[in-house]
Amino acid sequence: MKIINLDHISANPLLPEVRQAMIEAINTDFGNPSSQHRLGELAAEAIENARRSVARLVNAKAEREIVFTSGGTESVNHAIKGVAWANGDKGNHIITSNIEHNAVIRSLKRLAGQNYRMTSVSVDRNGRVDPAEVEKAITDQTILISIMHSNNETGTIQPVEEIAAIARRHRILFHCDAVDSVGVVPVDVQSLGVDLLSFASNPFYGPTGVGGLYIRRGVRIWPLLDGGIQEHNKRAGTENLIGIIGMGTAAQLARKDLERRMAHTRRLRDLFLAELPKYVDEYIINTNLHHCLPHMVSVSIKYIEGESVVLMLDDENFAVSTRSACATGSLRASHVLLSLGLEHADAQGTLVIAFGVDNAEEEVTAFLKALGKVVSTLRDISPLYKKMAGRNSA
Amino acid sequence: MYSKTVMEHFRNPRNVGVIEDADGVGEVGNPLCGDIMTIYLDIEDDIIRDIKFQTFGCGSAIAVSSMITEMAKGKRIEEAKKISNKDVAEALEGLPKNKLHCSNLGADALHMAIKNYEDRKAGITRPQPVRRETHLHKEGDTCYCPYCDVEIRADATFCEACQSNLEDEH
Repeated sequence: MKIINLDHISANPLLPEVRQAMIEAINTDFGNPSSQHRLGELAAEAIENARRSVARLVNAKAEREIVFTSGGTESVNHAIKGVAWANGDKGNHIITSNIEHNAVIRSLKRLAGQNYRMTSVSVDRNGRVDPAEVEKAITDQTILISIMHSNNETGTIQPVEEIAAIARRHRILFHCDAVDSVGVVPVDVQSLGVDLLSFASNPFYGPTGVGGLYIRRGVRIWPLLDGGIQEHNKRAGTENLIGIIGMGTAAQLARKDLERRMAHTRRLRDLFLAELPKYVDEYIINTNLHHCLPHMVSVSIKYIEGESVVLMLDDENFAVSTRSACATGSLRASHVLLSLGLEHADAQGTLVIAFGVDNAEEEVTAFLKALGKVVSTLRDISPLYKKMAGRNSA
Repeated sequence: MYSKTVMEHFRNPRNVGVIEDADGVGEVGNPLCGDIMTIYLDIEDDIIRDIKFQTFGCGSAIAVSSMITEMAKGKRIEEAKKISNKDVAEALEGLPKNKLHCSNLGADALHMAIKNYEDRKAGITRPQPVRRETHLHKEGDTCYCPYCDVEIRADATFCEACQSNLEDEH
């Protein structure tokens, strides 16, 4: 039985063209891109072709502003730690938001042990950062502002352009974690006005284990990894050639196909939202539907816990993601959901449903039916449902 | 990640429901994650004739609830009191270690329901017992960081390995 993937925020399949390009790369005997002989040149050329495609996808002014990394996490770590270390003489204060990915939060926590300070700006009930709050947090010690483009749990998009403009006005570097946005919605580093931008290949159907960091020319940054002089001395280590070739191909396709993909997945997401009330009652939509990624939605279903839902839906051949405390490994409810003002118990029933190019309308309908069944089974077990139902009818 | 027995009990939970006019009720919950487990007892001659549960929680919490009801059913209350959370985890062929202290509340809920029965029998009236704890484990237990799984002290509030604040959450 085919498993229907509605968890495209966690993983995307490789597009056939990407797969093909990577297989061809595996079957080619490349040299080391740093070598002077022809085998090396062949490899270097393949990397530069991929860099061109990726630079175009984010509209970088120069190709050398793109550094290939091992993925979004490394890009974020590099941007934050690299900028903090290289600009430590100017100040030690960094501003971020309270809904960032752990790659940002934990990088900053690590820096806190090295005498850096951070201010975390809260989002409003709609899940967005208020640029004015960011400006208020600026001190004469502020060297970096890091705000995400879209949130990985809700899909809500942040006012990046406005915050970047504030950073520029105060001559503070601005990093944007755009891992879930690049290749999914238009992201243009020049019109956004960012200094650094982190992204990964898999969200636009490229391979995992490869990503990129845009570093605007002139930004002072140290490498995260010390070693050779690869990637214009910004990222040591022999390049992940096959991954980079896959990412380049995926970037080319994403640029060409972005509008169509957005329209397709938005139609599926909107269909899901429109039909959901027929199958499930009492839920909360956590995504700000006025400013969001087109393909995903976060929904908290009351009186049940998300991990149980995911396991039961798996039995029905549907793959979705949950943000319940139980499934994240910690007992604590997601910081993103709590920041929206959600109760702990409600946060427990949170599903993240993310559609992809490989999904079809009939899959949405089949999913809704399975979801309705699973929710009703779990609510029959839940002590909260009957209590609340009793209270409602009283 | 779950054992076959856990998944089997999760898919086909035994003894789900409520006993109206139960002789004893016990409820245990975790305020950090919101999980709740309620146990209802029907007791005759100090023997658990019937037992039912309702649980709001993860796959492991549901399997634990189902298993504890199976283990306690038909037992004398003195025997049922001896069932520990560890016995339940063993009967389930193990639980993921970071779930041992949050979802393995079955024995606690059962013991509270028995206490509630004994109180009623002795004519002691107190509100239906409800326990909310964030850190359910006994002295000498090994704890693991819920984020990165490294072994930590039971009273640790910070994980050095992954820089996470733990407060009450392991």
